[in-house]
Amino acid sequence: MAEPVLRIERLSKRFGGLAAVSDVSLDVQGGGVHALIGPNGAGKTTLINLLSGDLAPSGGGVRFAGRDIAGLAPERIARLGIARVYQKTNIFAEFPAFENCRLAAQARLGKPSSVLRPAYAYREINEAAERALALVGLDARRKDAALTLSHGEQRQLEIAMTLAMSPRVLLLDEPLAGMGSEESRRMVELIARLASDHAILLVEHDMDAVFSVASVLTVMVDGRVLASGAPEAIRRNKAVQEAYLGTAEGAA
Amino acid sequence: MRRKLVLLVLLLVLVAALAFPALAGRFYVQLVSKIMIMAIFAMSLNLLVGCTGLVSLGHAAFFGAGAYTLFLLSPEYGAASLWLSLPAAVAAAAVAALAIGLLVLRSTGVYFIMATLAFTQMFFYLATGSKTLGGSDGAYIYGKPDAAIFGLTPFRLADPTQFYYAMLVLMAGTYLVLRLLLRSPFGHAIQGIRVNEHRMRSLGFATFRYKLAIFVIAGALAGLAGYFDAAQFGVVNPDLFGWRLSGLVLMMVILGGMRTLYGAVLGAFALTLVQEVLSDLTRHWLLPMGLFIILAVLLLPQGIGGLRHQLGMVRRRVAARRG
Repeated sequence: MAEPVLRIERLSKRFGGLAAVSDVSLDVQGGGVHALIGPNGAGKTTLINLLSGDLAPSGGGVRFAGRDIAGLAPERIARLGIARVYQKTNIFAEFPAFENCRLAAQARLGKPSSVLRPAYAYREINEAAERALALVGLDARRKDAALTLSHGEQRQLEIAMTLAMSPRVLLLDEPLAGMGSEESRRMVELIARLASDHAILLVEHDMDAVFSVASVLTVMVDGRVLASGAPEAIRRNKAVQEAYLGTAEGAA
Repeated sequence: MRRKLVLLVLLLVLVAALAFPALAGRFYVQLVSKIMIMAIFAMSLNLLVGCTGLVSLGHAAFFGAGAYTLFLLSPEYGAASLWLSLPAAVAAAAVAALAIGLLVLRSTGVYFIMATLAFTQMFFYLATGSKTLGGSDGAYIYGKPDAAIFGLTPFRLADPTQFYYAMLVLMAGTYLVLRLLLRSPFGHAIQGIRVNEHRMRSLGFATFRYKLAIFVIAGALAGLAGYFDAAQFGVVNPDLFGWRLSGLVLMMVILGGMRTLYGAVLGAFALTLVQEVLSDLTRHWLLPMGLFIILAVLLLPQGIGGLRHQLGMVRRRVAARRG
C-alpha cells in the first residue's frame, strides 16, 4: 500500500481519570473514505478534535506531510491542509454563503501584505469560493445569509467552506446528522466524488451511508480501536457485531 | 434615487461643515472641534467593539498616552513641532497598545473587559503619582503644536478656525481610511473573528495576530485623538486615563450604533450635544442624561446609525399589513 496521507500513532487523550482516546493507531490513505464508527462516547469526535488541533493529545503522534502535527494550534493544522466539518454546524451565520466560503479561501490564498485593496478584488480567492459553492450545489444561494439556509444547506455550506481551503485531508464529523433522506443521498454522492482527490476521515452513524461510501472501516469502542479493515471484513467480524453493528442494525 | 438622496445629504453636511466657522461663534467652533476629536476616538474604539467584537473598557489608556506624549515633548515655554510630536504621540500609543494587547488579548469576554480596565487604571495612578507627569492636578501645555516646516507654516493650530478645519480633515480622512481597511481582506477577517472566532481558527487564521493588529491600530488612532485633545485645551490631567472617559467613548459607540463606522461619529455628536444642552438647563443634568441613554438603548437597539435599517423594517411591516 502507498504511504498513508495521515498516520495516527498511539494517540491518547485523557480527561482526568477518563481515557477518552487510548492508544489509537490508524492510517488514512489518500483517494478513499476511511469511516470511523462506534457507539456514542466511543471517542470518535475526541479523535477528530485531536487531529484538527481543537484538543491537544496527552500522548502519541500524528504524522502528516512529513512532520508530526500532534499538539499544533488549529490554525497551523488548517494551513497545512487538514480541514474539518463540525458535528454541530459551525459557520458564520450572519454572513452571506459566499462570504463564508470566501473567508475560507482567503485563509489559504490571502497575502496579509495588501491591506487597503477591497477583499472582493482578489480573483483567485473569489474563484476558489465560487468553485466550492458550485461543488456542493449552493451557487444559487450565494447571496443569502447563512442563517437563512436550511439545516441541510448549512451542512453543505460547511463542506463548501472546507473545500475552499483546498485541503488534502477532510475530517467530516457526522455530516449527515439531522438531514432528510434526499439531502443525505446527495451528500453521500458528494463525499464519494470528493474521495477521488482527498483523504477523508468520516465519522457517521448512518450505516447505509457508511457502507456505501467507505473503503476502510475502523470501529472504536471505549476510546480504543476494536477492529479496522475492509467493510465486508468488518461486517463479518464477531466482536464488532456484538459490540455495535448488530444492535445498530437491529434498531434501524 | 436612494443613492442620490444619500449624496445630497452628504453634500449638505459637507457644505454645513465648511461654512460652520463663518456662521457660528467661537465657542461653538471649539465645541464642534472637540466633538470631532471625540468622533475619531469613538471610531477607533468601534474598530474593537463593533468590528472585532472586543469590548474594551480601557481605551482611554491610549488617548491619554497620546495627550501626555505631547505634554512631555512640549518645551516649558514654547511649542512642540507638530511634525515631530504627532508621530511620537501616535507611536507611543501604538507601543502601549502592543504591550497591553499582548497580555489582555489572551482573555475573552468579561475577563477581557476587566483586564483592559485594570491596565488603564495603572496608567491613571502612574499619572496621578508622578511629579514629572504633573501629578493629580495635571499640567499645562503652553504652546499649541507648531506646524512650521522648512520655513513655511501651512496652518496655525492656535487659531480656532484653522484648528477646526484641521480636525474636519482629520476626521474625514480617518473615516475614509478605516472604510478602506474594513473592506480589505484584513477587515473581513476581523469581522469574521467577531462572528465566530473558533471557526476562523479552524479555517487557518492566526486570530491572535489579527486581534493584536487591530488593537494596535485602534490604540494608535486613540493616541492621535488624545494628542489633539491635549493640543486644543492645552492641559493634561489623569482623567484622560480615567475609566469615565473609557465609558463615555464606549457609550458614544453604542449610542451611535456599532454596526457602522459613521455611527461612532453620530454617537460622538449626539452624546456631547445632549450633554451640553442638558448641563445648560440644569445643574442636575446627569439625571436626564441617564434617562436619555436608557431611552436611546430601548428605542434604538442598533443605535442612531441603525435607524435607517430600523425604519426600513417598520415600513416593510406596514406595507405587509396593508398588502
